[in-house]
Amino acid sequence: MGRAGSGERRSAIEAIGVSKVFGNGDDAVRALDNVDVTIRENEFFTLLGPSGCGKTTLLRLIAGFDFPTEGEIRLYGEDIAPLPPFKRPVNTVFQNYALFPHMTVAQNIGFGLEMLGKPKVEIDARISEMLKLVRMEELRNRRTSQISGGQQQRVALARALAPRPKVLLLDEPLSALDFKLRKDMQIELKRLQHETGITFIFVTHDQEEALTMSDRIAVMSKGHILQIGSPRDIYDRPAERFVANFIGDTNFLEGQVKEVRGSKARITLDAGAEVEAGISEGANPQGNVTIVVRPEHAAIQARPGADALKGTLENIVYFGTDTHFHVKLASGPHFIVRQQNRHGAGEEFKTGMPVGVEIGQNAAQVLKD
Amino acid sequence: MHQDNPPLTRAAQVAAAADRQEIRNRWFLASPALFIIFFAAIGPLFIVLVFSFLTPADYGGVVWKPSGQAWFQVLFEKDIFDDTTTFADAHLSILWRSVKLSFFTTLIALAFGFPTAYFISTRPEKSRDIWLFLITIPFWTNLLIRTFAVQEVIRNEGIFNTVLMKLGIISSPIQIMFTDVAIMLGMLYVYLPLMVLPLYASMEKLDFRLVEAGYDLYANRFQVLRRVIIPLVKPGIIAGSILVFIPSLGAYVTPRVLGGGKNMMLGNLIELQFGQGRNWPLGAALSITLMAIVMIALMIYVRSAGRSEVRHG
Repeated sequence: MGRAGSGERRSAIEAIGVSKVFGNGDDAVRALDNVDVTIRENEFFTLLGPSGCGKTTLLRLIAGFDFPTEGEIRLYGEDIAPLPPFKRPVNTVFQNYALFPHMTVAQNIGFGLEMLGKPKVEIDARISEMLKLVRMEELRNRRTSQISGGQQQRVALARALAPRPKVLLLDEPLSALDFKLRKDMQIELKRLQHETGITFIFVTHDQEEALTMSDRIAVMSKGHILQIGSPRDIYDRPAERFVANFIGDTNFLEGQVKEVRGSKARITLDAGAEVEAGISEGANPQGNVTIVVRPEHAAIQARPGADALKGTLENIVYFGTDTHFHVKLASGPHFIVRQQNRHGAGEEFKTGMPVGVEIGQNAAQVLKD
Repeated sequence: MHQDNPPLTRAAQVAAAADRQEIRNRWFLASPALFIIFFAAIGPLFIVLVFSFLTPADYGGVVWKPSGQAWFQVLFEKDIFDDTTTFADAHLSILWRSVKLSFFTTLIALAFGFPTAYFISTRPEKSRDIWLFLITIPFWTNLLIRTFAVQEVIRNEGIFNTVLMKLGIISSPIQIMFTDVAIMLGMLYVYLPLMVLPLYASMEKLDFRLVEAGYDLYANRFQVLRRVIIPLVKPGIIAGSILVFIPSLGAYVTPRVLGGGKNMMLGNLIELQFGQGRNWPLGAALSITLMAIVMIALMIYVRSAGRSEVRHG
């Protein structure tokens, strides 16, 4: 798992028992509920979840725009929760960029350093350095209203990076860009994080963005963090139904625990077969459980084998690079198998024919709930 | 003949006719406004300009005999005994007082109006209307009555002095009535809403995420105000200042009631010439002078505001 796996690195940000309540009385909304999270130095950490899950609230608490109702936020061990935003060595890239419209590109980038009282020579040098970093040298003296959305995005990044913050916060910075530009900026962001070595905390509701860019992801829902892990952990071994559902396509199957051995459990599925499924840390599955299987971790068979789940092929959806086979299992539930398209393969399948679904080794994971 | 017209040309003709019709319609719709501008603004202004070059009649009005006397009298006066020419000190001091009081009224209105507008624009959307309503309530009352209300507060036997004396802070009343301070207080009270409303209008449009961005980039409250908020609400500051400065300069009722006979402003001087003074041409010349001052002040202001805009950009 590379960088994400090494747990010895210092923690840059720690949230300890953080809650945030907006409003009071009957209107009170608990945006964050007793959240604990540790974000390591130099990490690309993503807060992922649907709108209203509390991810932006957590970011705003770290930035200092809001103050926690309960709990502590530590920056390299020091509690920064009571500090105003202008006293925190943390900078933000805003969702709408929030560039100052009355200033040029260079003035925007230099603003933070100017406020820190740096000498003019140093500011100018740093502006040039930043413009080079985001590849915008030729637009130095443009007004921010005269440049495109993608360029504004780069200026916003340069402005936030210029004062060399200890942590960079990014609040859905790519959501306003079109698809192609978003793809380019994802790579660009990874490059910037690599070159600057700054801890990035990235907020998004886009699961694909989170998977491609992050060292670690925290999946959030309703003010709670449900699971923290590497993209592979989150995708392959979702601990909860919400996580499995929110990230990628998923098949859910019901079954009974037959036996538990270490981090594996043997499950007798209601659909007939028996599979070995992974167990999330700290879980102790018993009795009736739900397992998840990703569509690409199963295979479809025209002639079902002995271990296969039996069913009828209901629909074939062709996606160009791959094909989705919608199978109605004999036991009732629907199951989707995704198979990469190879030349000539898949042509033997017709809707309505009986098929088998084979679940691969290590493909299944037992849910906590 | 119809065969001679290619279809495209015919279409172009139809389009041109439609354009002509459209232009006629626009003139028609604009005609009420044009009528008022011409007959209620430009027309009377022209008459005032003409009158300023005529000779005063004995009992008011004008005699149709061209004369530059009125314009001479704006700045100079001839001694009736020895015919020496001196500056018209009375006119100049009134002119100076008008500009000075209007300037400070505008400045103080800005100092009070800015935080007020900021306060209103940061309220929840529902309560903003209530605040704006409260700000505009004084407009519902007659100007004269509002001015007398101010007098009731500041006169020697008024609320302000009575309270201070009862509390033992002062032993004799502070003379505020019939001073420049009284005029300024009155004008401030009357024109403050004209400052608050345009300021509110531009602050309401202010993207408060820019304020957050300022805080995020190590600007403290004062720096955010100076470097982010003020440059962005500048149009409101300019509009509000103009709306307070211009009516202050021409104020008539307020200096008349609160300033008494001694502390005249330009408006009172002009009224005097058309009334007791029976010198309509001088009144007309003073009116044009007032207009010129307003125009020059506006030009200086707009130009300096425009320059700083470029510097920021």
